[in-house]
Amino acid sequence: MITAQIQTAAYLFAAILFILSLGGLSSQESAKRGVFYGIIGMAIAIISTVFGGDVHGQVYIIVAIAIASLIGITVARKVEMTSMPQLVAILHSFVGLAAVLVGFGSYLDPKTQSLIGSEHTIHLIEVVLGVFIGAVTFTGSIIAWGKLEGKITAKALAYKGRHLVNIILLLISIYLGVLFAAAPGTEGLIYLLVIAGISAFIGVMLVMAIGGADMPVVISMLNSYSGWAAAAAGFMLGNNLLIITGALVGSSGAILSIIMCEAMNRSFLSVIFGGFGNGPKGEATAMVGEVTSTSHQEVADLLKDANNVVIVPGYGMAVAKAQYPVHDLVEILQKQGKVVRFGIHPVAGRLPGHMNVLLAEANVPYDIVMEMDEINTDMTKTDVVMVIGANDIVNPGAEEDKSSPIYGMPVIQVWNAKKVIVMKRSMAVGYAGVENPLFYKENADMLYGDAKESVDKINTLLKS
Amino acid sequence: MKVGIPVEVVQEEQRVAATPKTVQRLIKQGFEVFIQKGAGSKANFTDEDFTNSGASILATANEVYQNSDIVLKVLAPTESEIDMMHEGLVTLSYLWPAQNPELLKKLSSKKVNAIAMDSIPRISRAQKMDVLSSMANIAGYRAVIESANYFGRFLNGQITAAGKVDPAKVLVIGAGVAGLAAIGTANSLGAIVRAFDTRKEVAEQIQSMGAKFLTVEIEEDGATASGYSKVMSQAFIDAEMALFKEQAAEVDIIITTAQIPGREAPKLILADHVAAMKPGSIIVDLAASSGGNCVFTKNNEIITTENGVIIIGKLNQLPSQASQLYGNNLCHLLDDMGKAENFKIDMNDDVVKRAMVTFDGEIHWPPEPLPVSPKKEVAAVVIEDKKEKTAKSIALSMAIKLGVIGAFLFLIGQVAPAEFMGHFTVFVLAIFVGWQVIWNVSHSLHTPLMAVTNAISGIIIIGGLLQVTDNISDPITIIAFIAVLVASINIVGGFLVTHRMLKMFRK
Repeated sequence: MITAQIQTAAYLFAAILFILSLGGLSSQESAKRGVFYGIIGMAIAIISTVFGGDVHGQVYIIVAIAIASLIGITVARKVEMTSMPQLVAILHSFVGLAAVLVGFGSYLDPKTQSLIGSEHTIHLIEVVLGVFIGAVTFTGSIIAWGKLEGKITAKALAYKGRHLVNIILLLISIYLGVLFAAAPGTEGLIYLLVIAGISAFIGVMLVMAIGGADMPVVISMLNSYSGWAAAAAGFMLGNNLLIITGALVGSSGAILSIIMCEAMNRSFLSVIFGGFGNGPKGEATAMVGEVTSTSHQEVADLLKDANNVVIVPGYGMAVAKAQYPVHDLVEILQKQGKVVRFGIHPVAGRLPGHMNVLLAEANVPYDIVMEMDEINTDMTKTDVVMVIGANDIVNPGAEEDKSSPIYGMPVIQVWNAKKVIVMKRSMAVGYAGVENPLFYKENADMLYGDAKESVDKINTLLKS
Repeated sequence: MKVGIPVEVVQEEQRVAATPKTVQRLIKQGFEVFIQKGAGSKANFTDEDFTNSGASILATANEVYQNSDIVLKVLAPTESEIDMMHEGLVTLSYLWPAQNPELLKKLSSKKVNAIAMDSIPRISRAQKMDVLSSMANIAGYRAVIESANYFGRFLNGQITAAGKVDPAKVLVIGAGVAGLAAIGTANSLGAIVRAFDTRKEVAEQIQSMGAKFLTVEIEEDGATASGYSKVMSQAFIDAEMALFKEQAAEVDIIITTAQIPGREAPKLILADHVAAMKPGSIIVDLAASSGGNCVFTKNNEIITTENGVIIIGKLNQLPSQASQLYGNNLCHLLDDMGKAENFKIDMNDDVVKRAMVTFDGEIHWPPEPLPVSPKKEVAAVVIEDKKEKTAKSIALSMAIKLGVIGAFLFLIGQVAPAEFMGHFTVFVLAIFVGWQVIWNVSHSLHTPLMAVTNAISGIIIIGGLLQVTDNISDPITIIAFIAVLVASINIVGGFLVTHRMLKMFRK
């Protein structure tokens, strides 16, 4: 049996390990160590709880953990790197669900009933908060998962006055919360259920209103929420470890959201409360020039003559699973003595850092994978830029066209290179729904077709 | 379609308008190629090389002209050559239409469709056909090599057992293609390079090639919409001259490349500049053919002044290399005009309508101007103002925020029980720790970060663990059981997938 003091010490140790775990992610070298810190911390936390004084039903716990481990291992083994966003989204929903359940459990717990006065009230407020945040996270994440998986339309579903509806729902929840806090015994359960229902609805509406291009922000935001939900549960249970961990995760998600928003030049609030459609500030500039298309042979010839090549991947590369042929392409070009690098935009893909993971999966060395700012200064010295399945993140309109909805968003300035090859399935607009003047530039040629097939063809041509 | 390449009649011209390689390209484009016997000899291409590439050899120039639909040449045709041309012939060569109005008249009266390769507009699309650039590149390289040949010292600095050698100082005037090529070559040979240009926009290009950008204190930009520089004001020229004089005394080699289209080259290196130079110094004048940038320059001659300064007014053309690049430029133009099959003179094409100076008996010169570098709006200089404002407003908003936070904490302290305050302290401090730690996370690891925070947020399992009882039929236990289950999926799945991802990252 573990005493309360030892348990507290174990929790403190686990908290330290969690902080070290997150700190370890500051570089690739220390990241693996970071994960082990996290695992050890988690093991210590669970073991010291299970063998602590007030835990019963260890059998059920072991059964639950065993089943969950099986599910978790299968999912984590099977998941493809291209569908990481979906996995992360669905895992967030689990945390949300757990927070809701813990909230209900805590309310029904006889110990709660024995509290009196302001302690009782504060505890009930904590329960409401935990359930509210948990439910929003739960349904929001499921919707995000559906959007990423393609089961729900990726378009932003926005109706007039939805802000008003959300605010009214929020006010109703607060009112119900007050009633709930005043209800004696477990009579407030009905209020809590209604609050859970309303917040679940708010979660759905929040994420439905956000467009596909903003998914990196949404995922980060839900990541943050799941942390706050855990922290709220910590307050309910008076458990410092939950509070610390929840706060760590919460601020981590918040920072990611901020980074993503900066990368898109959008304010956090404008992303949360409704995507584009605030209306461009003027008439959109008409496109001048014409779109020229090119062939695989021409691209291969171009690459043969080039010395300095930059590859800018986007979500299209993930969809086509083209990271492996792209890696082969890099090897072929490097063998011919060319300098090949990648330029990664912070919001490329549907998850922060999505492209880095895909390239790492295909064994692309991470020291040739550059961030946007690093690569932009070298663009003028670049002979060929290959844009693979990216659109909005290479849109010169963001810098040149004040009427463009993405004006001001930092982009990779591929048009400064001598030649740009844009690999795309069609002339369709990107997720932001904005025309891309890049395609009309004289030094840009389009190569239509599936990214994977195209890169494969170019590889064969380069080898011959 | 038949393409003919005659021998260049001017004795000094060593280049030829096609090489065996470009002949192959022309044949690939569908043309039949005829070459006059001995056309490539000065550029080290034998007739055999050409026949091996698929060309037919003809004995005389007359045969070439009679047999061809298109004639490729380097220099502008002479009178005797024009006499051999037939109506409707297309010629590609240098013409310098601004300086040679008589030539245009003759060509148009014979109804020859002449393309002036020197008049290809300098737009992005036409860069591959721009012979001025490709030839200037060679000239810039050669200028440095030639000057190094006449210069009595190393170009690079060395510290040897026999003593220290200072690097040579090279001044390049005019940072067009030739100037930039000269900067790059001199820099790679180890010299200290400085460069001057009236156009401020080239400063970055100069620095990127490894030279220091020299400038005068007068605000005037020499850039024009055509990409060439304009004639500058007197005050600017005076300042420029003073700068050159100061530099002339210091540098060892001066390479001048300043040319203004259709005019005599500006005189930039005057008698007193040359007088200020050290004996043994070199001036390479790439503008020699249009009058020279130095007052003493003599075209196609190398002279030594009284004070021992060598002024080079002629350069080896590197005929083999130059012919290859020139030939490539011609191939690109023919490619653009539709190759053999769809060959067409499209007078609506931006490039063709400007370069085609005579067409169907009419003279098309001068062409309408076409700007190359799009004008950038000059950004207003209000940034500094803003900065001051923001410093103040930051301080103010900081004070307000801290005040609000302080008041809020005080309020909580008033109502909340002691236990809550303890937890609250931990909570706020943890947020700050998280905030500091997460900003250090590398951008490329954001996905693993999400996965690992996800696993860690599975810590909510503890909430479930504490609620499980021994009685499975108890609703609380059922709820807690599910909570433990989903949270565990998170923990196991999250850590495992993070581990899997991180394993993939390799240097």
